[in-house]
Amino acid sequence: MKFLDALLGRTKPAQPKLDALFGVTGAAITLESAAGMKPTGQAAVCFKPASGQSFAAASEELKGLLELAVKEAGSKLEVTDDRYGYRWIVITDPEMEDLVTSAHLVNSTLEQYGFGPQLLCSVFGFADDHGQRFHLVYLYKRGTFYPFAPLEGERRDNELELRVKATLGGDLPVEPELARWFALWGIPLD
Amino acid sequence: MARTRFPADRGLTSRMVGTMFLLGLLYVVFVAVLIAILKSWLLIVLIAGGFLFVQYFFSDRLALRAMRGQEVTPQQAPELHQMVDRLCALADMPKPKVAISDSDIPNAFATGRNQQHAVLCVTNGILRRLSAPELEAVLSHELSHVAHRDVAVMTIASFLGILAGFVVRSSIYAGAYGGGGWGRSNDRDNNAGAVILLVVLASAVVYALSFLLTRLLSRYRELSADRAGAILIGRPSLLASALVKITGDMSRIPTRDLRAAEPLNAFFFAPALAPGFSFSTLFATHPPLERRLEQLEQLEAQLGRPA
Repeated sequence: MKFLDALLGRTKPAQPKLDALFGVTGAAITLESAAGMKPTGQAAVCFKPASGQSFAAASEELKGLLELAVKEAGSKLEVTDDRYGYRWIVITDPEMEDLVTSAHLVNSTLEQYGFGPQLLCSVFGFADDHGQRFHLVYLYKRGTFYPFAPLEGERRDNELELRVKATLGGDLPVEPELARWFALWGIPLD
Repeated sequence: MARTRFPADRGLTSRMVGTMFLLGLLYVVFVAVLIAILKSWLLIVLIAGGFLFVQYFFSDRLALRAMRGQEVTPQQAPELHQMVDRLCALADMPKPKVAISDSDIPNAFATGRNQQHAVLCVTNGILRRLSAPELEAVLSHELSHVAHRDVAVMTIASFLGILAGFVVRSSIYAGAYGGGGWGRSNDRDNNAGAVILLVVLASAVVYALSFLLTRLLSRYRELSADRAGAILIGRPSLLASALVKITGDMSRIPTRDLRAAEPLNAFFFAPALAPGFSFSTLFATHPPLERRLEQLEQLEAQLGRPA
């Protein structure tokens, strides 16, 4: 029906795919055992805030739920808005499982209120054996991951990114189109 | 189950289907009449196919060249690329090429026959005048045009008018030179003259009707793109404020620049018509500002409703 939707000019907002997100726990183990790349204990969920009372209500509930979950797991929470108008919920916790659970809490709450299309990506921080930081980005609309290794001056370490991709192999659905490995400069992770 | 906050706009869809149906019907009738009168359908099909081919396959390059748009790399325009990147990830669509046109008219357009060949072009004028969130709203409107394949739809729709116009011109030409040279003494020539007159008449009527219908269709598709764009960024009022800013600014632009931009009106964000040029809403490629703002207000209201 995609053709008909285009013809009639009524494309629907893309809904997020949430299932593959949980694969990141297994991927973290693979990255560490096969290449010595360790998680930095930070993750973030990025979404585009909508206007209106309903989104405000969703945000309020999300805040309550997150604070509860964070207290239980003993992790740290931080909310920032970037200069492109996207909101980042940054979670700090040494346990990968807790990070994924908190990230999923954000997803499911937004989706429950009908704001699933507002989700952009989730980011998990990693560092390779030399301490070089890179991020594993989960694209909600594609249901795929890709590595993003920023360097000084808005350049990317493509070699490291491709190494991560090769290491992950079949563990995670890695985004096959390199053109969609989009850059995220200045993300609020350490 | 995945939910969306925005119910489908059935009225808009059905009006669009109606317009497309009428256009298609007109097309079929016109070709049938031409074949019946001229009895040389091969020629018609060749001309028609040629026009369609060129428009369809070269639309991206033609439009860019007409606007003097230059493709820019992520290094040249990092902020713009980053915005487009994120919107594409949000909407799950391949990233189009990004171009900047060195024009002071605040405008933006998207072109290209499909998502793989799309080009998104903004003018320096719009980059200067709009705030970053407003620019993002405009970009999401243009990306919706790409997703709706509006260039392909409008090319095919307006093609009938081009063909009819072509037939009018070539028939008049044939009547003036081909018919006139032989004298008018025998029956055969009288017959030929009548046929040509008929063709001219039919084509003129088709041209007028298809012109009105394509304009109508274009207005519906603008509303659709407004709607989809506003839903994508989740803030309909941003698009509304961008619209107000642009249309308010446009009347202050020198006429010479405006005229240079007019052939591209159909793909523009807001039409660049010379100030003082009075045209009825029937001929406009874009819906009136009030109509667009009204729709965005409704969307904003839908966002306000509790879940």
